[in-house]
Amino acid sequence: MQFSEAWLRSLVNPALNTQELGHLLTMAGLEVEALEPVAPAFEQVVVAEILSAEKHPNADRLQVCQVNVGEAQPLTIVCGAPNARAGMKTACALVGAVLPGDFQIKQAKVRDVASFGMLCSSKELGIAGDAAGIMELPATATVGQPLRQWLNLDDHLITLKLTPNRGDCLSLNGIAREVAALAAVPFTPVDSAPVAAACDATFPIGIAAEAACPRYCGRVIRGIDAGAVSPAWMVERLERSGLRAIHPVVDVTNYVLLELGQPMHGFDLALLRGGIQVRMARVGEPLALLNEQSITLSEDTLAIADDSGALALAGIMGGAASAVSASSTDIFLEAAHFDPDAIAGRARRYGLSTDSSHRFERGVDPELPRLAMERATRLILDICGGECGPISEVGHGVAARAPIAFRPARVRRLLGFDLADATMRDILQRLDLRVAGEGETWTVTAPSHRFDITGEVDLIEEIARVHGYDAIPVVAPRGQASLLPAEEGKRSPLDLKKLMVARGYQEIITYSFISQELDQDFRATGAALPLLNPIASQMGVMRGSLMGGLMQALKHNLNHGQERLRLFEIGRAFLSAEADAQPRHAAGLAYGAARAEQWGEPTRGVDFFDVKADVEALVHPLPVAFAPAEHPALHPGQCARISLEGVAVGWLGTLHPRLVLSHGLARAPILFELDLSALLTGEAPRYQGVPRLPAVRRDIAVVVDEKQPLATLLSTVRAAMPALISDFSLFDVYQGQGVEQGKKSLAFKMLLQHTQKTLTESEIESAVQEVVGILNDQFNASLRR
Amino acid sequence: MNLDEILEDAEREFAAAGSLPILDQVKARYLGKSGAITAQMKTLGALSAEERKAAGARINHVKDQVETLLRARRDAIQAAELARQLAAESIDVTLPGRGDAVAGLHPVTRTMARIEALFASIGFEVADGPEIETDFYNFTALNIPENHPARAMHDTFYLEGGNLLRTHTSPVQVHYMQNQQPPIRIIAPGRVYRCDSDVTHTPMFHQVEGLWVDESVSFADLKGILADFMARFFERDNLAVRFRPSFFPFTEPSAEMDIGCVICNGAGCRVCSHTGWLEVLGCGMVHPNVFGYVGIDGERYQGFAFGLGVERLAMLRYGVDDLRLFFENDVRFLKQFA
Repeated sequence: MQFSEAWLRSLVNPALNTQELGHLLTMAGLEVEALEPVAPAFEQVVVAEILSAEKHPNADRLQVCQVNVGEAQPLTIVCGAPNARAGMKTACALVGAVLPGDFQIKQAKVRDVASFGMLCSSKELGIAGDAAGIMELPATATVGQPLRQWLNLDDHLITLKLTPNRGDCLSLNGIAREVAALAAVPFTPVDSAPVAAACDATFPIGIAAEAACPRYCGRVIRGIDAGAVSPAWMVERLERSGLRAIHPVVDVTNYVLLELGQPMHGFDLALLRGGIQVRMARVGEPLALLNEQSITLSEDTLAIADDSGALALAGIMGGAASAVSASSTDIFLEAAHFDPDAIAGRARRYGLSTDSSHRFERGVDPELPRLAMERATRLILDICGGECGPISEVGHGVAARAPIAFRPARVRRLLGFDLADATMRDILQRLDLRVAGEGETWTVTAPSHRFDITGEVDLIEEIARVHGYDAIPVVAPRGQASLLPAEEGKRSPLDLKKLMVARGYQEIITYSFISQELDQDFRATGAALPLLNPIASQMGVMRGSLMGGLMQALKHNLNHGQERLRLFEIGRAFLSAEADAQPRHAAGLAYGAARAEQWGEPTRGVDFFDVKADVEALVHPLPVAFAPAEHPALHPGQCARISLEGVAVGWLGTLHPRLVLSHGLARAPILFELDLSALLTGEAPRYQGVPRLPAVRRDIAVVVDEKQPLATLLSTVRAAMPALISDFSLFDVYQGQGVEQGKKSLAFKMLLQHTQKTLTESEIESAVQEVVGILNDQFNASLRR
Repeated sequence: MNLDEILEDAEREFAAAGSLPILDQVKARYLGKSGAITAQMKTLGALSAEERKAAGARINHVKDQVETLLRARRDAIQAAELARQLAAESIDVTLPGRGDAVAGLHPVTRTMARIEALFASIGFEVADGPEIETDFYNFTALNIPENHPARAMHDTFYLEGGNLLRTHTSPVQVHYMQNQQPPIRIIAPGRVYRCDSDVTHTPMFHQVEGLWVDESVSFADLKGILADFMARFFERDNLAVRFRPSFFPFTEPSAEMDIGCVICNGAGCRVCSHTGWLEVLGCGMVHPNVFGYVGIDGERYQGFAFGLGVERLAMLRYGVDDLRLFFENDVRFLKQFA
């Protein structure tokens, strides 16, 4: 809501300067979004009349003017503007004036002719207007008067960013009422005294949807002067609110909208058929709007219609066919009350946002239509002449506001400080609320313009707001005396992030929505979840996996000169729209050399097992297992399902060659993705005795089929091996000379340990043989000597 | 050979020995089984007891001297060898370490961790909720009925079946309060979504929601905690703050919190639009209707909620001037926060 400070001050004028007034509004919840002067600073510019204009003796494009600036003698001023002519009134900067941009006006010689000032264009003065020539002022302008005074330039434009609950402040009258309450000063309400009917002309009105339109006022005005123009003061106020003058009747309805907050509409009476009906639109009913847009109405839309069909979108916009035009002489004025629920959301649906719908959606004072009608009638008669009929009013009206039970003690408790009953009563009354009763519970009734006040807490807010949030004391934070739980085995997502960072992975955050194609490539579970209104198609579906985002970040960075990347993200994947199907995942990607570029070792590319070590570090100390598996985006021969105690929790693998190709990558990244919740659990460590006696180590190497996965072999041996073997683990894999084709040699380390005594050589040997036997029986493994 | 000659020869030969093996060979020529000193000792048997005693003492004296010479030479050789080894093994310690590249947390994570830590220090626990939400949790239970103009302020992404992407972290309040009776003291960091994308808006961003409900948590407490939080977050003891009345359907009274501009210290700059103030947070007292929706007795309990934009705080804290950088994931940007 933008308006002129001077206009506001004509209604309420507290002893505050402009900045203070702005601060008052902002700190009361009417945020001043912009506060700027109508014109930049300049002085000694006056209204002047050009008495004569003659061609400059030495220049074709210049004129030598004699200019009356209200002094005894006219001034000689050389002017280059094409529109400078004898008899016109314009703006003249006198010698000594300083114009915007620190432009000083001095006595000067222009091609040998002395010039004593400068005739100014609006641009040179930093104000809006035609910059092609010097300013054209009306003949009524007073010569010699300072221009700032004549044009009311010592004014500010105030823009308020109003919250949706304060529809009552979408008018000058409403803001003035608020300022008066805040500053505790009187205000002059807009004059809306009744205008007596000069004739008995009326036009029939009927309401078929009374819940949506509880009140409709209409009035006929006949015989207006089609050639009338809106007065300068009104045009100025409209312009300073960002509206252009269009037609006196339209200007008046716009003016009343700004002034009182009541949207109105003027119809050309000659174009109406039968009578006005306020009814719900019929399905498919067409309507050509004032903005030249043609729409098809739906049945939950309230329409203003006549016998020929819909004329206007009630409370939103008038129609083109019945609009007032330059040739209109008889008009029908509408001022109605529409229920917010009947208007809310409709304008948006038709792609509209109008001053009218903005107000009706937030709630307009139901008592306003008649006042606005009187005010508009007065203005139209003053500007356009004509004669008015009586006001016709239909509708059952809006029920009186229900009283609210109000407990002053509740205010003190909620706000946390002591505020006197008398102060609260004063604040409520300043806001036009009716306060009855005393003691613990009062009865408070809101005025018709305060749609937002329906409960006790609304009253508490009003009291806090008007008293001032600054005046509420600041209480130092109080921590609770009991400590928060601290589960030692649990790890936070931040712990895991720090662990990944320590292993060289950079954290990224990618959008949760990706392209349909990318989602399809990487989603392992569930169906695509498309957005109905995505920003763009490449952000069209919710991701089913974090791998797609990692891929996009990889490509972005490769395109920006990086060669080696370790990236990870923790965020939700969306398996379905259900609340419990949006697990948080931890996913990572490794690309390029195994180590950052360095001088001391041969370089090799990162591989599955490098990243597997990262995953193992991330999962540690949970008992993790990896099993060969297939994932749509991963290499079928280099892909593992990760599980914790038999529960699948994630994937690790090399990107599928098909995707390496389609994404234009030079090599395959290694990717992993884990269900985060599985990683956050855990137990505090539990001590187990450390053997006092040294362990004996024995190494064996066996040859097995090259397809034999290690994991099953290890688990089988570990389950069956003698108790005195405390560790059985792999330390080498070999294929090549000395090992038959299609086989591989696996070397294992065994640690043998007895808790009580030193092992004899024969005990050791028999344990080793037992393991060799298991390997031989179960895996057809032969001992390699 | 007399003893003096032996001593002289030993001294000369030890000095000539350049390494420990050679020194050992030389040693054997004097102290070994057939060495010169040993040979002298063998001559003693032919002497009388008287003579033997005197000669033995002379030989032992020379033997001691030879051994002393030997030790000194051995030490010298060892010292020289160590010096040679050290010289040979010296490296250019200014060569770069052979470690991995530097990586770091995303600045949004850094900022959220900081916020969580500050609130944890006064007993706020972290809570969490889904990002695909229902209309009920995102709007209705937060006192935003259908067609309320406040809904238009949230440009909402919708999915099929009436689900939507949460437009704020406030639904976590609802989830939490449905399952927990007061006292409640939580913060809920997370992603939120609005259908808006330009220089100053990204369709996804992060918020931290806070909620404290108990029997006497007041607006004065809200002011105290949030003012203290901002001062700690920006590490400025004298940070100016102000609370302005505002409107959120789920709190009342509601406020916007401004802090004195941390870029220009209130003098006025581009970041604060020359006002000296930065809007950083929305807050207010939990609306009784919200308590009604979640089944908490709004007569007995009261409390405050707040929501802040993480990216905004991160930008102010680290001096980042373009919101979009947070989601481009360019490592040249991200590594600055390692």
